[in-house]
Amino acid sequence: MLSFKKPPPSGNTGLTGLARLKQGLARARSGLGAAFAGLFRASAVDETLLEEIETLLLGADAGVEVTQTVLHSLRTRLALGELPDGAALNAALRAELLAMLAPSAQPLRIPSHIRPFVILVVGVNGAGKTTTIGKLAKQLQQSGHSVLLAAGDTFRAAAMEQLQNWGARNNVPVIGQPQGADSASVIYDALQAARARGADVLIADTSGRLHTQSNLMEELKKIKRVVSKLDPAAPHEVMLIVDGTQGQNALAQAVQFHQALSLTGVTLTKLDGTAKGGIVFAIAKKLGVPLRYIGIGEGVDDLREFDAAQFVEALFGE
Amino acid sequence: MFDTLTGRLARTLKNLRGQGRLSEDNIKDALREVRVALLEADVALPVVRDFIEHVRARAVGQEVMQSLSPGQMLIKTVQEELTALMGERCEDLALNVAPPAVILMAGLQGAGKTTTAAKLARWLQERKKKSVLLVSADIYRPAAIEQLRVLAAETGARFFPGSTDQDPVQIAQAAIQHARTQFADVVIVDSAGRLHVDDAMMDEIKRLHQAVQPVETLFVVDSMTGQDAVHSAAAFNAALPLTGVILTKADGDARGGAALSVRHLTGKPVKFLGVGEKTTALEAFHPDRIASRILGMGDVMGLIEEAEQNLDKQKMENIAAKLKKGKGFDLTDFRDQLRQIRSMGGVGSLMNKLPGMGQVPEAVKNQMNNQDTRRQEAIINSMTPEERRKPGILNGSRKRRIAAGSGAEVQDVNRLLKQFEQMQRMMKQMSQGGMAKMLRAFKGRLPV
Ligand SMILES: Nc1nc2c(ncn2[C@@H]2O[C@H](COP(=O)(O)OP(=O)(O)O)[C@@H](O)[C@H]2O)c(=O)[nH]1
Ligand SMILES: Nc1nc2c(ncn2[C@@H]2O[C@H](COP(=O)(O)OP(=O)(O)O)[C@@H](O)[C@H]2O)c(=O)[nH]1
Ligand SMILES: [Mg+2]
Ligand SMILES: [Mg+2]
Repeated sequence: MLSFKKPPPSGNTGLTGLARLKQGLARARSGLGAAFAGLFRASAVDETLLEEIETLLLGADAGVEVTQTVLHSLRTRLALGELPDGAALNAALRAELLAMLAPSAQPLRIPSHIRPFVILVVGVNGAGKTTTIGKLAKQLQQSGHSVLLAAGDTFRAAAMEQLQNWGARNNVPVIGQPQGADSASVIYDALQAARARGADVLIADTSGRLHTQSNLMEELKKIKRVVSKLDPAAPHEVMLIVDGTQGQNALAQAVQFHQALSLTGVTLTKLDGTAKGGIVFAIAKKLGVPLRYIGIGEGVDDLREFDAAQFVEALFGE
Repeated sequence: MFDTLTGRLARTLKNLRGQGRLSEDNIKDALREVRVALLEADVALPVVRDFIEHVRARAVGQEVMQSLSPGQMLIKTVQEELTALMGERCEDLALNVAPPAVILMAGLQGAGKTTTAAKLARWLQERKKKSVLLVSADIYRPAAIEQLRVLAAETGARFFPGSTDQDPVQIAQAAIQHARTQFADVVIVDSAGRLHVDDAMMDEIKRLHQAVQPVETLFVVDSMTGQDAVHSAAAFNAALPLTGVILTKADGDARGGAALSVRHLTGKPVKFLGVGEKTTALEAFHPDRIASRILGMGDVMGLIEEAEQNLDKQKMENIAAKLKKGKGFDLTDFRDQLRQIRSMGGVGSLMNKLPGMGQVPEAVKNQMNNQDTRRQEAIINSMTPEERRKPGILNGSRKRRIAAGSGAEVQDVNRLLKQFEQMQRMMKQMSQGGMAKMLRAFKGRLPV
């Protein structure tokens, strides 16, 4: 197995971006892919083959419903005589999965007429919000934007220090207040600062919260309201961070956060291990919220735009 | 969110009525539904397969008990097997070594290791009267050391500072050395999150383990983990001699199938559940409860059984009747409720079982955590009957007397009164229904 892993704190392993992506995805590939390789050489498609596909999709966290939908469609085509061999099945399966994701794969774009462009980052505890913000700040900066960060996680111990650390790493200012402060007011202050400084993008961190905690979900709604007082169109992006190692509960998260906040983007983290992140199929199918990025490591460069073809490819192998 | 298992089974099990024995044939469809339920709960596929085979073998040929329908009989078997597989209740840590006893936390990124380290420190101090030293060997995640420092201060545990330019193994060793000179009973070593495929990092934690020789090596797992749990658990179990598992973030609505996967793969006991972000949010692990939860049938069998055994229906009906008559809900009623709640396995488990309880303000749920109910009851016990009927008369000096009488602070008394008011409001809202009616409504929904 390739050993691409824990970058030093500086976040640079010396690998080029593409090489890292390939290594990260190689891992996803080796699971599904290896198993599929044999399947697709089969000269005839039978029920056993379909069951194998079921196994593989379920094992990738695609969930029962999505898996059944895919299988149903494959079975229908099989009955119609459209899938004579493993290769045809392979093509049909890829097409099916890609069709589910492709419409949702919409990269985040910062229109030049919106200043500051406000990104509110939300998600359950430990999903990777703060880390993703650190990575995103660097990407945006590299594409020529001036960035400001708001330390809206006023609850978790040392959350502000963590973000400040990312800020320092990227040379990006961080606006924050001590632990226990009101998150909405921190973010409001930061937006005012962003305006005063003429920053292009403000990225606001928030405390992790489970979607079942109604009071904390209300707090997020309040943050949204408060921000919109300064700019009725803000926040321009409400991005949910989903931990890619999580299973079916991630769909519940997406549904609840969407209901509360009208999400405009989803980012999937921690895809550098063996987890496949198959829950995005269900999220895309059910909510159609744009899929923005994938996280493939803890380093500052380990963020990629979500690419549907690549994602599906990663499930299959070459 | 998901169709509950019982809802699903209702459909397939209808045909089972009137059959005296479970057979391969008559449980086939039902077992398929059990499989779906387990998958939706994120039990890993290979584990699901093993489990279904296991249940099939146990169930076929079983005589259906007089009092049960064949469907109920199968559910009972499923539930029992799952509970058995989840292992014994095992809320303890092996600390019988020459101090300091070392506990090593391990797991993936963001699982909850640092928070749980602080929770354990608190638990050890408060329940086991141990002096605890916390040390962070996480030199990677920004501000990870600072996070543990803040949490240590909050729990009153000692903290050994390290810095990110040091080697994690050296930091941990220095901490243990320090603990010796300070006569600390326990050292909890927090480690950086790592992916099981990260060879360098897995190697690091092996070295860490070797160097600190922990009596407990705890694998911390997020209860929302998906299918990947089999891979990570197997790899951590192979790399380290794990002694137990802690399941975190169980305060949400995740069905927690990862618990079964991890248990199945490691064979190690689940020792605690993390049920919140606060350092007090650590609970004992109950195999039967997690089994119901995984099966998504906590709202039926579990509740009915517990209710039958524990619920003093008469008392609840009395409260309901009283409310109906327009009489107020007073502190005596509140105390009865607290007792009921405790006897039913605590607020968390109760709330999660009752439909409609999702509407209960989170604040109420949060404030009424299980250990609190005893303390609250003590406070109410220190009041006079008149005070219980008319909490309005509680002035400063009465509150001071009550606090002194129950070993609490005045602010605890105030908090209790606030909770009582919230509950009073809620009871008013529910007064049409009341607990008793809610329970009846449930029974009506029992599909099998
Ligand atoms: N391997 C890996 N770890 C990640 C990734 N994103 C975040 N993490 C780690 O996950 C943990 C939690 O991340 P954090 O950003 O603090 O989560 P937050 O609580 O949502 O803000 C940290 O240890 C991060 O380094 C990723 O894409 N891959
Ligand atoms: N709701 C909830 N959050 C938790 C629990 N345990 C930890 N957390 C949160 O999960 C996030 C990650 O926890 P942390 O201890 O930093 O994870 P680590 O990366 O494994 O050390 C933080 O936001 C914690 O507050 C729990 O039992 N319930
Ligand atoms: Mg954070
Ligand atoms: Mg940590």
